[in-house]
Amino acid sequence: MSGLLRLASVEIALAGRLLVPTLDLAVEGGEVVTIMGPSGVGKSTLLAFIGGTVDPVFSARGRVYVGETEVTRLPPERRRLGILFQDDLLFPHLSVGGNLAFGLPPAIRGKRQRARRIETALAGAGLAGFAPRDPATLSGGQRARIALLRTLLAEPQALLLDEPFGKLDTALREEFRRFVFGLIAARRLPALLVTHDGADAEAAGGRILRLDG
Amino acid sequence: MGEALHEIAAAGTAGESAGRPRGLLAYAPGLTVAVFLVPIAAGLLGTLFPAFGYLPALGGRTLGWAPWQALFAHPGFPSALRLTLTTGLGTTAAALALATGFCALVYGSTGFRRAEALLAPILASPHSAIAIGLAFLVAPSGWLARLVSPWLTGWTSPPDFLSVGDPWGLALALGLLVKEVPYLLLMTLAALNQVPARAQLDIARALGYGRGVAWIKIVLPQVYPQIRLPVYAVLAFSLSVVDVSLILGPGNPPPLAVLAMRWFSDPDVGQYFPAAAAASLLLALVAASIMLWRLAELGVAAIGRAWIARGGRGLSAEPGLRLAALAVGLLMALSTLSMLSMALWSLASTWRFPAMLPSAWTLANWRHALERIWWPASTTLFVGLAATAASLLLALACLENEARSGAHPGSRALWLLYTPLLVPQIAFLFGAQVLLLRLGLDGTFLAVVWSHVLFVLPYVFLSLADPWRALDPRYARTAACLGASPARILLRVKLPMLLRPLLIAAAVGFAVSVGQYLPTLFAGAGRLSTLTTVAVTLAAGADRRVIGVYVFLQSLLPLVLYGLALLLPAAIYANRRGLARSG
Amino acid sequence: MKRPVRLALSLLLGLVASAARAAPAESWDDILAKARGETVYWNAWAGDEKTNAFIAWVGQEVHKRFALTLRHVPLSDTAEAVTRVVAEKAAGRDAGGSVDLIWINGPNFLAMKQQHLLYGPFTQLLPNIRLVDTAHKPSTVVDFTVPTGGMESPWRMAQIVFVYDSRHLAEVPRSIPAFLPWARRHPGRFAHASVRNFLGATFLKQALYELTPDPSLLQQPASDANFEAVTAPLWAWYDELRPLLWREGKAFPESGPATRQLLDDGEIDMMMSFNPAEAAVAINAGLLPETVRTFVLARGTIGNTSFVAIPYNSPHKEGAMVVANFLLEPLTQAHAEDIRQMGNFTVLELAKLAPEERKLFADLPASPALPTTEALGTMLLELHPSWMTRIVAEWEKRYTR
Repeated sequence: MSGLLRLASVEIALAGRLLVPTLDLAVEGGEVVTIMGPSGVGKSTLLAFIGGTVDPVFSARGRVYVGETEVTRLPPERRRLGILFQDDLLFPHLSVGGNLAFGLPPAIRGKRQRARRIETALAGAGLAGFAPRDPATLSGGQRARIALLRTLLAEPQALLLDEPFGKLDTALREEFRRFVFGLIAARRLPALLVTHDGADAEAAGGRILRLDG
Repeated sequence: MGEALHEIAAAGTAGESAGRPRGLLAYAPGLTVAVFLVPIAAGLLGTLFPAFGYLPALGGRTLGWAPWQALFAHPGFPSALRLTLTTGLGTTAAALALATGFCALVYGSTGFRRAEALLAPILASPHSAIAIGLAFLVAPSGWLARLVSPWLTGWTSPPDFLSVGDPWGLALALGLLVKEVPYLLLMTLAALNQVPARAQLDIARALGYGRGVAWIKIVLPQVYPQIRLPVYAVLAFSLSVVDVSLILGPGNPPPLAVLAMRWFSDPDVGQYFPAAAAASLLLALVAASIMLWRLAELGVAAIGRAWIARGGRGLSAEPGLRLAALAVGLLMALSTLSMLSMALWSLASTWRFPAMLPSAWTLANWRHALERIWWPASTTLFVGLAATAASLLLALACLENEARSGAHPGSRALWLLYTPLLVPQIAFLFGAQVLLLRLGLDGTFLAVVWSHVLFVLPYVFLSLADPWRALDPRYARTAACLGASPARILLRVKLPMLLRPLLIAAAVGFAVSVGQYLPTLFAGAGRLSTLTTVAVTLAAGADRRVIGVYVFLQSLLPLVLYGLALLLPAAIYANRRGLARSG
Repeated sequence: MKRPVRLALSLLLGLVASAARAAPAESWDDILAKARGETVYWNAWAGDEKTNAFIAWVGQEVHKRFALTLRHVPLSDTAEAVTRVVAEKAAGRDAGGSVDLIWINGPNFLAMKQQHLLYGPFTQLLPNIRLVDTAHKPSTVVDFTVPTGGMESPWRMAQIVFVYDSRHLAEVPRSIPAFLPWARRHPGRFAHASVRNFLGATFLKQALYELTPDPSLLQQPASDANFEAVTAPLWAWYDELRPLLWREGKAFPESGPATRQLLDDGEIDMMMSFNPAEAAVAINAGLLPETVRTFVLARGTIGNTSFVAIPYNSPHKEGAMVVANFLLEPLTQAHAEDIRQMGNFTVLELAKLAPEERKLFADLPASPALPTTEALGTMLLELHPSWMTRIVAEWEKRYTR
């Protein structure tokens, strides 16, 4: 499932001040490009622009391509981009299985089929049998993994990672990093990682883009 | 030493002043319950007994079913019952659907923020004020017809169709929706503060869900438990409202609540008993409807979970949501036009169909009215201020007591608070009036203020509770370490920091008091008239120019207080930027 | 003084004082003296701004002349005040009631009289009562076939008239049977008030007068035996008329003023009113267009008198009596008859007045919409109250959906 995430002439400004100067970027399948910079410089805003949820106070220009399709004018739900935040944001009113089913495409029909898919995904992450559990009873690391599973079950064509390792302690961080980057490589997804931790960038092993404002 | 440390730590976490004697403040919750529930319970009994024929003072000495037989035998009863149920349940369902659909589509966009700003003036206006304006707006000879006649419709005389007072209660439903939808929107907004809706929606959209469906599947299930009680309050209100039904509802037969009012006021004292039966039936209807709604909630939840599990991205739900958002916009426009039309009438000298605007303007209406409006206006003002002050004191006492003793209120406390809003007013006010008569308190200022406190306190408490509890407890702890007593902390730290929420809670409470109709009527025994009671009396056919003045003032008073609530903190804290803005 | 003696003395004095208050003071001067400084709560229907303004004027005058404060307690229905006194009696409050004076007549008066809720007879104490025209206006002493017995004092006359907009109507029905052909030619252009309102009920009573074979029966109480036979022609006529009314007879304006609003809005072209001067007053106040005119039916229309009565438990009976007497003053009656105020026809006999007092009436402004006393034709007496209760109940049974 190799793909391409391409940005063409992307510019983002706020009240006249340029945050992201003209950016041209092409991310290959399986590659993780890291965007680094001090806080407030516009890294998350860039991700929001790519994802289609940028606040209208920002003036943003440029084009975004996912695979062969230009998605700049498409609403977020049609862009096939997965997103992972610092907070796991598992929906508290759904069980673990419910959260994952939410991500699963409707094309997979039938309760049993869907349950099997979910269980396979959980087993692959070392969380077999967790489907009926309440997310609030899980540890931070477990929740983070389920959040990633949810994103991947939706079969996105590219991944946006907004400081996803920020809330984890050092040991967990390394383990989760390996888990994430391993899945990205296996599925050959292009990915953009936003972080201000140098260790994350190193582990990603791809190009590093610096936004200095 | 370890144990000593442990004790100190435990004492520190168990509230700000654990270990001190409980003091007066501890009685606050008990006092609130006494002010509230005891009279309501007494009032309900005072209505329930006559419903079964027992009221010795009027000659009813035996319990029996006679009043109920009279009620069921009344020719208009089946229609009245049907009307009550359809408007009550239908309006509530529609209000919830519209508020939800509006939020689903518009949340977070600029349109939403503009709509939020419009909510305050609409909610400040009493229900009856908007209803009166609406009655003029949608009548066949009303403003909407005048705006398009005769150039669009060719009408030189108003057409003969029934809008206000139509037998299906559509005009009544409209009059209820214009306030209920903004109210539910406001409650939803408050609930949204506790849900990371923005981020969750972004995730859901990234997973391929349309904006609206994402809101319904993800945000709504988290928000609904918080707005459950307001929805029940809306349900109880729609089933048992009297003043709006009088203005917009059908007369032949009217909803059950109006029927009960008519019989209560009948000179034939024999009608008292079927009236009490009707009021008791209304109580049963409200209880049954709430239970039915609860069951429906469970059903919808089950279906919803299966729907969510199927994973359908539902992009096709958009048109329905757009319709809902459009409807809400229309409702807000109607409210604004209603209030505007009454303002115009207050300045009009002549305004006949089909003129779009008054053909002659004058200030005479205001001049004449100001001589006679002084008494109801000042009564409204003083009763409102007194009721709001009393409610604020009680609410503050309870909240402060809660903070000091470290107790956490359960959901039961919330139900307790909502009780006056869930019990139909007419079911307990009449019994309460007899009680007041016996105590010699009816017709006094005190009685009317008390009857208003019953309804003002829940709103004031709810408005104040979240900001109060959200205040960083470390401020109080720091002050205590600096040597301040709990009273000093309250006066010098908490109250000044929470001035804005306090004033807004006061404005909310005042608006609720201004809009009360039945409580003033029953507890005041006609001695005290407020702008609302006069306006509703005048609504049926008196000079619209005079009504315009009353309705305008009815809406103006609460708005002025809202304005003060917004401006005073900015003025007082001009040098303290941290408090001048929204806190 | 020793304590028990003091106690006994104060009790005794208290008893004497209350006994003195119980017996009505004999002379008018005594009453005036007692009334000074009292606050009288006059419970009166407040649905008409003109009447409210008049009551406010009365309040100003009695304050100036008798040092008496008058408070208008607004009612949307007289029955509310009756219920209040009933509730007070039920609660055992036999002194210090909240109602001092009620604007009342007809069935409400009958109800209060029968339940012994009124104070009186008191009209014999009022000096102005001798000016009332009891000879030519018998409704001032017989209220809906019930003799007033001095328990209520008259203050204004009312008679059924019809008001129509001459811009849109060239012809009007002059008798009850003529309503049907007229309504067929002008469907939806006439409305009568809800039958629960006294005005709406009176429309039915008026129709009954002309349609029933023997009108004299209407002065007697209704009975199960004769009700059906007497009212059959009424229902037959009404069944034909109802679909031709405003909104096809499915909805009715709740009161007289509501009907007037419909006429002003152009939704109807003809209405009924209890005040012969209603059209003139309304034109003056800008509440109806200048083209409205007044007419009565050829065979006469029902008329009655409005009274004021004093509840048995009023704590300000003297003040109430002073107000009742003031209402009968020629100046007050002329002020009431002025179409710039209420436009109510007087209860007084002009012949009994002094010349300068008669001039007050002669000087009143006229209007093309104001009928002369002759144009009002015959005044028919009200029916026995039992007819109205039964007619209303029967109407509700037949026509409530």
